[in-house]
Amino acid sequence: MVSEQLVDLSRLQFAATAMYHFLFVPLTLGMVWLLVIMESVYVMTGKTIYRDMTQFWGKLFGINFALGVTTGITLEFQFGTNWAYYSHYVGDIFGAPLAIEGLMAFFLESTMIGLFFFGWDRLSRRQHLLVTILMAVGTNLSALWILIANGWMQNPVGAEFSYETMRMELTDFWSVLFNPVAQDKFVHTVSAGYVTGAMFVLSISAWYLLRGRDIEFAKRSFRIAAAFGFASVCSVIVLGDESGYALGEAQQTKLAAIESMWETEPAPAGFNLVAIPNQAEMKNDFAVQIPWMMGIIGTRSFDKQLPGLNEILVRNRERVVTGIEAVRLLEKLRQGSADEATRTAFDKVKADLGFGLLLKKYVVSMDDVTPEIIDRAARDTLPRVTPLFWTFRIMVAMGFAMLALFGLALWYSIKGDFATRGWLLKWALWFLPVPWLACEMGWFVAEYGRQPWTIYGVLPTHLSVSTLTVESLYGSLAGFVGFYTLLLVVEMYLMVRFARQGPGSLGTGRYLNETRHAGAHA
Amino acid sequence: MIFDYPTLKFIWWLLVGVLLVGFAIMDGHDMGVGTLLPFVGKNDEERRVVINTVGPHWDGNQVWFITGGGAIFAAWPLVYATAFSGFYWAMLAVLWALFFRPVGFDYRSKIHNATWRSTWDWGLFVGGAVPPLIFGVAFGNLLQGVPFHFDNNLVSSYTGSFWALLNPFALLAGVVSTAMITFHGAVYLAHRTEGDIHRRARAAALIFGALMLAGFTAAGVWLSQGNFGYAITSVVDAAAQPDPLAKTVVQQSGAWFANYRTMPLTLIVPAMAYLGAAMAMLMVARGRTLIAFVASSLAIVGVIGTAGVSMFPFLMPSSTMPAASLTVWDSVSSHRTLGIMFWATILFMPLIIIYTSWAYKVMSGKVTTAYIRENEHSAY
Repeated sequence: MVSEQLVDLSRLQFAATAMYHFLFVPLTLGMVWLLVIMESVYVMTGKTIYRDMTQFWGKLFGINFALGVTTGITLEFQFGTNWAYYSHYVGDIFGAPLAIEGLMAFFLESTMIGLFFFGWDRLSRRQHLLVTILMAVGTNLSALWILIANGWMQNPVGAEFSYETMRMELTDFWSVLFNPVAQDKFVHTVSAGYVTGAMFVLSISAWYLLRGRDIEFAKRSFRIAAAFGFASVCSVIVLGDESGYALGEAQQTKLAAIESMWETEPAPAGFNLVAIPNQAEMKNDFAVQIPWMMGIIGTRSFDKQLPGLNEILVRNRERVVTGIEAVRLLEKLRQGSADEATRTAFDKVKADLGFGLLLKKYVVSMDDVTPEIIDRAARDTLPRVTPLFWTFRIMVAMGFAMLALFGLALWYSIKGDFATRGWLLKWALWFLPVPWLACEMGWFVAEYGRQPWTIYGVLPTHLSVSTLTVESLYGSLAGFVGFYTLLLVVEMYLMVRFARQGPGSLGTGRYLNETRHAGAHA
Repeated sequence: MIFDYPTLKFIWWLLVGVLLVGFAIMDGHDMGVGTLLPFVGKNDEERRVVINTVGPHWDGNQVWFITGGGAIFAAWPLVYATAFSGFYWAMLAVLWALFFRPVGFDYRSKIHNATWRSTWDWGLFVGGAVPPLIFGVAFGNLLQGVPFHFDNNLVSSYTGSFWALLNPFALLAGVVSTAMITFHGAVYLAHRTEGDIHRRARAAALIFGALMLAGFTAAGVWLSQGNFGYAITSVVDAAAQPDPLAKTVVQQSGAWFANYRTMPLTLIVPAMAYLGAAMAMLMVARGRTLIAFVASSLAIVGVIGTAGVSMFPFLMPSSTMPAASLTVWDSVSSHRTLGIMFWATILFMPLIIIYTSWAYKVMSGKVTTAYIRENEHSAY
């Protein structure tokens, strides 16, 4: 049996490396469109200040992008290094979007970013704008493909298990591509990135305005960020709600856990605004409920029921029992038995194979399974409620607080007097970290809420790991965290330094804090 | 699907080869430049010249590596899983060395401080020199077979240690690989620079070109004399559902030369390594640097191709459970996935080549100290 410590450390390493990566990705996703907007205005109006804006915010974008690339390299290979059995078991489906992401998105984005920075004097204005747009398209396409891959982990459609190759195999590429979970996730995630980009520009511009420096530059940046941010935050909330619409079992289980909804309630179910979940007794010790709301969000109807965790548990226990049979038949088939009867019998139960595999956390042979072990395995299918319940609520609260901020920022931008409203500028400044916190919590809800599976209903997390030693994992985890933290410190140092210096760092002679331009003396 | 399963399996061997060779040619030349950086750039301005020859391109080039990883995942999931988890620390060393590149390129010249800049210069050196060294060592181990086995559910276990990877033959392969990449980078650098840096790059090209050829020859002789090679002894059904446990394999001296004996035409591949390298050295000595770059690219095709052809159809032979060896026929994805990925590659690869060529064309010309001074704030 796989050591639990190895599984936990592998998960921790994946979470750490993915969450570090996700400190940089959302800003890239959003900033790149702000650069497109700024440069488009430059090309249309010919006003130099918009070129300066594109270049200055582009400089900060570049500092962030470098770490996005650095931390991204790991993720392309970590499935192989640390999740070998996962890679074998689902590579036939999961590998394809990753490879296409490289071919279609990474090449485009990475080639264009070079021209974005170095091509200013060698390309016409329109050509350069085209480069910036292609960079934005590439960046966003990469998010599409990785979320198609991730969406498949949550809702594994278009694939079937083959006992001969001992893995999942693709049966329908289009349903993997147009997996509704993936599509919602894509729009929700990129929109969250757009909000992050907008908040970044809004906050730093607000800081310049509070300091009364580079006023024209900051005002124009603030207005663009306010408008873009408002549109994006609306999209995040609408699409977040769309993700809440219960698609498939994985999402239903996650939804019930997020809502701490233990019992199946008569439709339409109420929404628990605040609760103290009690996982051991499978109930809430305390809850404040808004009637009807959950049912409407979750089913888009007044009459459909949402299953509570208790009902899901009963259902899953039955699947574990069927799963025992599936594992037994699979073992027979793997030992070379090829008679028709065994194959037919296996085909009948193989949909529950994944639930049978859950038992391998506790026993080697299916002969050793007892009713208590079946109970434990069934219990394992429910994610832990308390962390999901609270991170989700904090994320949503942050989303609405940002909606208010961007709404007011846009309102006063239209009125034209935002630069005099100190409270608004201070609010914008202090909200700088908020989108990052919301993004990380969103990641946590989506992935922690998928446990105990790597592929929902198909492959348990504890079977997915590579057979490595615990010592190796301690070493690599320490290495990653140490290395990333060091790089993060360097990145923050540069980011703060250039943000403080402001557009003067371009050395154009038009702003405060000019860096001496060596070329001027040459 | 217009291709049957065996044909597609073979095409994917070629396509992964194309991606790996593409990686070595494209990312290879900027890794070579990184390796040479601390030695051919004698002061800050010279180093900035060296860095800016690859400044606009290293990121796009690095995607060959990322996409190569993704393509191996999609086409050969068992290889992706078994090799990367087995070579765990070697793989991490590659990744950690690569970490220095994005930040090294982008952050180095943003601060005026000699220690800061020289630290990143050595970071770029590590990011340039370590990955080709480790890839060479990995190939050296693949040629010997590596200790892994599967259980009946295809869970792989690797029983070797990281230090065992560093055996003499593998280290020789590492030298060949590092010399090849440095050679190629030197040729590129000579093409993009003038004056002192150009002269130093030319000298480096001759040294590392010669080193590569000597190492390549020595490795070939060692392979022919030593106890290397694996052969499949059961009947191969290339159309079968992939199952790496369905065959029998023996260790057999000289087996890595079998393909050249049965298909003498394949001798073109090692010949290309010699001809390409010789041509590149001749041309770089005459200052015909662009042709030299094409020739050194051919040499790379030859060297990597030689390893591939020698082992074919093996990808990752197992020394402790030879039957579990991974081959082109039995460690691949399903027919459907291979087909879809074939079309994705055929569709996007030409586009990638077109816009990458355009990017190089836009940024073409010599990088000079005058260029660095004019672009003080925007150049790397």
